[in-house]
Amino acid sequence: MRLVTAIVKPFKLDDVKLALETVGVAGLTVSEVQGFGRQKGHTEVYRGAEYQVDFVPKVRIEVLVDDADSFRVTDVIVEAARTGSIGDGKVWVTEVEDVVRVRTGERGTDAL
Amino acid sequence: MVNTGDTAWILTSASVVLLMTPGLALFYGGMVRAKSVLNMMMMSFGALGLISVLWVLYGYSIAFGNDVGYGLLGDPTEYLGLNGLMADVTSEAGGLPSMAFVGFQAVFAIITVALISGAIADRAKFGAWMVFAGVWATIVYFPIAHWVFDFTLADDDGVVTHVGGWVANNLAAVDFAGGTAVHINAGAAGLALALVLGKRRGFGKDLVRPHNLPLVMIGAGLLWFGWFGFNAGSAVAANNTAAVAWVNTLVAAGAASLGWLLVEKLRDGHATSLGGASGVVAGLVAITPSCSAVSPVGAILLGAVAGGLCALAVGLKYRFGYDDSLDVVGVHLVGGLVGTLGVGFVATAAAPAGVDGLFYGGGADQLWRQAVGAFAVLITSFVLTYIIGLVIQTTMGFRVDEEDEMTGIDTAVHAESAYDFTSLGGGGAGGGVGAPYAGGSRSTAGTANSAARGGSA
Repeated sequence: MRLVTAIVKPFKLDDVKLALETVGVAGLTVSEVQGFGRQKGHTEVYRGAEYQVDFVPKVRIEVLVDDADSFRVTDVIVEAARTGSIGDGKVWVTEVEDVVRVRTGERGTDAL
Repeated sequence: MVNTGDTAWILTSASVVLLMTPGLALFYGGMVRAKSVLNMMMMSFGALGLISVLWVLYGYSIAFGNDVGYGLLGDPTEYLGLNGLMADVTSEAGGLPSMAFVGFQAVFAIITVALISGAIADRAKFGAWMVFAGVWATIVYFPIAHWVFDFTLADDDGVVTHVGGWVANNLAAVDFAGGTAVHINAGAAGLALALVLGKRRGFGKDLVRPHNLPLVMIGAGLLWFGWFGFNAGSAVAANNTAAVAWVNTLVAAGAASLGWLLVEKLRDGHATSLGGASGVVAGLVAITPSCSAVSPVGAILLGAVAGGLCALAVGLKYRFGYDDSLDVVGVHLVGGLVGTLGVGFVATAAAPAGVDGLFYGGGADQLWRQAVGAFAVLITSFVLTYIIGLVIQTTMGFRVDEEDEMTGIDTAVHAESAYDFTSLGGGGAGGGVGAPYAGGSRSTAGTANSAARGGSA
């Protein structure tokens, strides 16, 4: 099993969610996060005083998938989240040793 | 016989001017961080409570009692506790009840004190502020209101029945609604107090963002609304002068907002909401002394100059290193000077005040009167405020300690938080998110809605 983690622009969340549903993803977790990449935050100006905002708001999407699905899910997320401009985010995949469904106690791929 | 039209207008004006102080609380409150908005607003509400009481007890008498000498001070005992002012003493020809004028002038005293609080945001002990407010009103505002607002009166035979203040009568400077007594006065006091208290921690390094700009804009709107009472009400009658003042108040604020936005667009590349709201206030300040003396086109000119100049002046605190947190100096002192000195340039005899400025062939006569009045108030206010501030600083202490300032003055001083930021139902003690992000770089814009939609999926 693998965990696909994506950091995307907040306004792309709905697109990514819809795209994941079309490839059969049954569940995902979303959280609001902040950070910076190459775009390095942005500048705001209040009464002429410049204010450097280092962290940009992003959304983190986490999806647990079967090994065989991880490339397809990753591609779907990348395609749905891409705008082509700086700050589109990143997607990465990690190995997951075990998964348990809390309600039933099912383990491994049965719990996905 | 009471003149019912005048009385209705003045009581209405007094009521809308009162609303300016809660409006100011919103204007200032939105500009500070979430951890100190309550304290910011409480400085205005504290002034509402304290100054209304002092005004009735002896403030009105110091400001509008018969002069005790040289036009500097009214007799504090003449109307002590508003003694003798309840009887209807209006003349046969019609007039205004004394109490209507007492009430109208009371709300001027309140907002002048409240204006100063913007210079010392986030760091003043509330008790020290209240002591300051009372002492400052007594020693600085009440006498200066006497200088500027108390006119000498004579009866039908030309016998003087009441002697007023020196700026209004001996100097004959035009200050219709308080460019000197209210705005230059509060601005100079703000500068002095900012110097006494010193900078906030992190001033100039961690720039502090306004936590709620919509509050600032609502506040500016309420100030604009109230200002019609402030300026048009200063005609002390429902008459032509009031109508001229009303229109000038409208258009000067509009022009100043444009002026401020233009400077921002050219200098920073963006026209900001804070700039638009600040420009409105800068224009209102500038038209306060001048609304009876200039034409509506003159008001546009004064407003535009005030908006542009104040937009530049708010940057001075970074260059000179004084932490006038919410720009009482940049907006009220500078705007007050623009309006008060501006009378000397763009006053026209066609306006109700009936004097010509330099640009209308009146020469420099009115200009020097304006300058003497403006700088007399500026210097007096600055020196007296500095002394009052220093005495409070060295006796009871004016500033909260470092920990309270960093944690947030709301929880430290008032034991309250303005907002409950906790999203997991874990209780709000300690101020939620507001406190830990002290001046830090944080942006939450735009994520709440999308995450909420995603979370329910």
